[in-house]
Amino acid sequence: MQSLWKSGVLDPQGPVGAAQRLILFDATAIMLAIVIPVIVLTLAIAWWFRAGNARAQYRPDWEYSGPVELVVWSIPALVVMFLGGIAWVGSHRLDPSRPLASEAAPIDIQVVSLDWKWLFIYPEQGIASVNRLVVPTGTPLRFAITSAGVMNSFFVPQLGSQIYAMSGMATRLYLQADNPGQYQGISAQFSGEGFSDMRFIVEAVPPAQFATWLASTQGSGEKLDVATYGKLGRPGLVDKPMTFGSVAPGVFESAIRNAIQ
Amino acid sequence: MFGKLTWDAIPFNQPIPFATSLGVIAVIGAIVLLVLWKGWTRYLWDEWITSVDHKRLGVMYALLALVMLVRGFTDAMMMRSQLALAAGGAEGYLPPEHYNQIFSAHGTIMIFFVAMPFVIGLMNFAIPLQLGIRDVAFPVLNSVSFWLTASGVLLVNLSLFIGSFARTGWLVYPPLSELAYSPDVGVDYYLWALQISGVGTLLTGINFTTTILKLRAPGMGYGRMPVFCWTALASNLLIIAAFPILTATFAMLLLDRYLGFHFFTTDAGGHAMMYINLIWAWGHPEVYILVLPAFGVFSEVIATFSGKPLFGYRSMVAATMGICVLSFMVWLHHFFTMGAGADVNAFFGVMTMIIAVPTGVKVFNWLFTLYGGRVRFSSPLMWALGFMCTFVIGGMTGVLLSIPPADFVLHNSLFLVAHFHNVIIGGVLFGAFAGYVYWFPKAFGFTLDERLGKAAFWCWLVGFYLAFMPLYALGLMGATRRMQHYHETGWQPLMIVALAGALVILLGIVLTGLQLYVSIRTRAARIDRTGDPWNGRTLEWSIASPPPPWNFSTLPQVQGADAYWGMKQAGREAAAQEPEWQDIHLPRSTPVGVVLAFFATFAGFAMIWHIWWLAIVGIAGLTVTALAHAWRVDSEITVPARDIAEHERRRQRP
Repeated sequence: MQSLWKSGVLDPQGPVGAAQRLILFDATAIMLAIVIPVIVLTLAIAWWFRAGNARAQYRPDWEYSGPVELVVWSIPALVVMFLGGIAWVGSHRLDPSRPLASEAAPIDIQVVSLDWKWLFIYPEQGIASVNRLVVPTGTPLRFAITSAGVMNSFFVPQLGSQIYAMSGMATRLYLQADNPGQYQGISAQFSGEGFSDMRFIVEAVPPAQFATWLASTQGSGEKLDVATYGKLGRPGLVDKPMTFGSVAPGVFESAIRNAIQ
Repeated sequence: MFGKLTWDAIPFNQPIPFATSLGVIAVIGAIVLLVLWKGWTRYLWDEWITSVDHKRLGVMYALLALVMLVRGFTDAMMMRSQLALAAGGAEGYLPPEHYNQIFSAHGTIMIFFVAMPFVIGLMNFAIPLQLGIRDVAFPVLNSVSFWLTASGVLLVNLSLFIGSFARTGWLVYPPLSELAYSPDVGVDYYLWALQISGVGTLLTGINFTTTILKLRAPGMGYGRMPVFCWTALASNLLIIAAFPILTATFAMLLLDRYLGFHFFTTDAGGHAMMYINLIWAWGHPEVYILVLPAFGVFSEVIATFSGKPLFGYRSMVAATMGICVLSFMVWLHHFFTMGAGADVNAFFGVMTMIIAVPTGVKVFNWLFTLYGGRVRFSSPLMWALGFMCTFVIGGMTGVLLSIPPADFVLHNSLFLVAHFHNVIIGGVLFGAFAGYVYWFPKAFGFTLDERLGKAAFWCWLVGFYLAFMPLYALGLMGATRRMQHYHETGWQPLMIVALAGALVILLGIVLTGLQLYVSIRTRAARIDRTGDPWNGRTLEWSIASPPPPWNFSTLPQVQGADAYWGMKQAGREAAAQEPEWQDIHLPRSTPVGVVLAFFATFAGFAMIWHIWWLAIVGIAGLTVTALAHAWRVDSEITVPARDIAEHERRRQRP
């Protein structure tokens, strides 16, 4: 059981996920302080005032009490004011499009959801990969996400926030992996037949190792251009992750405009 | 001649749908033969199919809901068993092409054809009785509403035998549901079935809003209306406001699919998010359309079985109407992950939480209704207590999901699936069952078996927790919804627990059926001659069970809230001399509803399969029927005073 939690949102590996887990815990604790007493009281009151209990006082006309009403409105109102504050502040601090505070400069990654695979383009490095996202640890990742067709949702549970991949536009998302490791990425928005296998692996590696990977990838293997993109875009699964050593300019922009089919 | 319809549409090579089709056809055939053999045709036609009596329609709605519950639950069992198997490399026994239809059908059927008809059925049955009136404002329209709903049901189920259903999820999000990605008839079945039944629902909304606002017994001011009627009013106002949005949204998607428009396509300026905004502008109020009447049922049940008036009546009404308004201001919380920006997300998150305030007030007021009561643990109350304990958990996870940054990691996960089943089963379904056992003796004049009823309740309660608590955990582990298989073998044990939970619920459904059967067989021993088996508080308990077609022989004079309780306390007017009975006019039965639905079904089927000539025939049939009805003469029957006197005398000395 222990290991099961180690892969989900309760085992975050970056600042975004960690902050979100804290909110989950805080909000749950606050609400349990109300919910548990309510459940206990419901059962206790119903049982105590059961028809057979001679010691319980029957008050057949007790239907209103100003003070009780005041309390009854106040408790949920106060809780909601408190939680509303958490939600308001959290929404702003953890807005997916808000840059993460960091010494390191963010690295840009463009994401295209295809039927049923993920294409990652590193525009500055001029490389691309499919279903495999290699990132340096401790560095903000600045994603621009679009879809070549149907909607998907780009989600790495252990890193935090998901965001929709929608055709015709690019959504923004900042994430960061603090610890090296492999994290599962999924589509969290149903997208058709191959949806269950529309998975990718995030490999978070120390910056030095990332640089080595870049160097070994750049210039090697296939080039991502209109033709290879077109092939990728056909509905279907890919057997194993792929990498492209070079990328024709404007692939992502054309993908947003749906200009390449 | 037959558009896209060919023999290929029949699933000869798919054993599951084909065998099911044959089974269903056999059952329907057997029922038809039984009806013919027993000579019940005339009776069914005169007394039920053409009836415009709100009580009969209420019963038919509930029956429809129960039958469709079996269908929707079968889908659920298939999903749960598939996911119990399909771990690691295993593919399970349902390929995506079939599995994706099943979860789409499950959601569609459970919301539109189980929850909606059940709730509307309860409103049909109880509202005129609680208001102390003889029928709804538009009885014929009421029959039309029911039969249009039935037409939608028929079309959705036809997709099992002819063609296929949508593979897109229950809200058919574009662009997946656009012609480019879903070229077959599945989405069209969905759209036309819901367009037809949606018209029925809208008419129901108009009908009941008018009824509650305009037709109450003398003396029943708004402040004396039973809380179930208040919640029904809120629900029907929401129907009037929300269902046109649904119809318009589906109409736009239909235009995309049929005439090459580009509202929601990926090209030519269309955008799917417009659909998703619109569908949830209907979809969130829909949640409250369902749950508010359930709250009303619980209010009636808790007050009745505590032997006390509802605590904080005015607070309850205010909370109900508050929820009614607020429910239109939260739709965006269904897609915080669209990337709308912090201010927008925060606003909708906070608005969503604010709904928890009136809802919390309701829970506390039910608690204080129990307090100081003389609580009888009959099965309606068991459902209510089960609801109170379960619903607060669902409410809590709902508030959790309303915090945008929390939603970013829980959106579309099995945590979300667990949350909405928690509120829909724990709220709407428990409410529907509470209402079913509560009003059954009123409808049929005998009570349901308590032991089997309580056993069914316990199965539902335990089964619910077994089936959905693991889903909360799985969601936190990163499991998303609508997976046909998954790679993490570690999830499998929890999936198996969830399947076990579903099996316990199955036992609950079987027990519900058995309860009905046993109760009918032993009805002689459980007849209720008082008309008031629960020591009720509202007007429906003041008349005979089952009520006569005219409900109230004389219209009750309402002196306060909980009108019948007041009458009982005052010693009832039984001692008074017999009133002077008068003739009562009732609306005449008419086949217009079933005939309209007949043509609507053909029109819908024809549109789905592009059989244009048949569509024209169907629409022409609809028009001619409606016009013929508009020129009707003699739409009422008169019940002579002596029949009413006879009925009342028989009641006095059973």
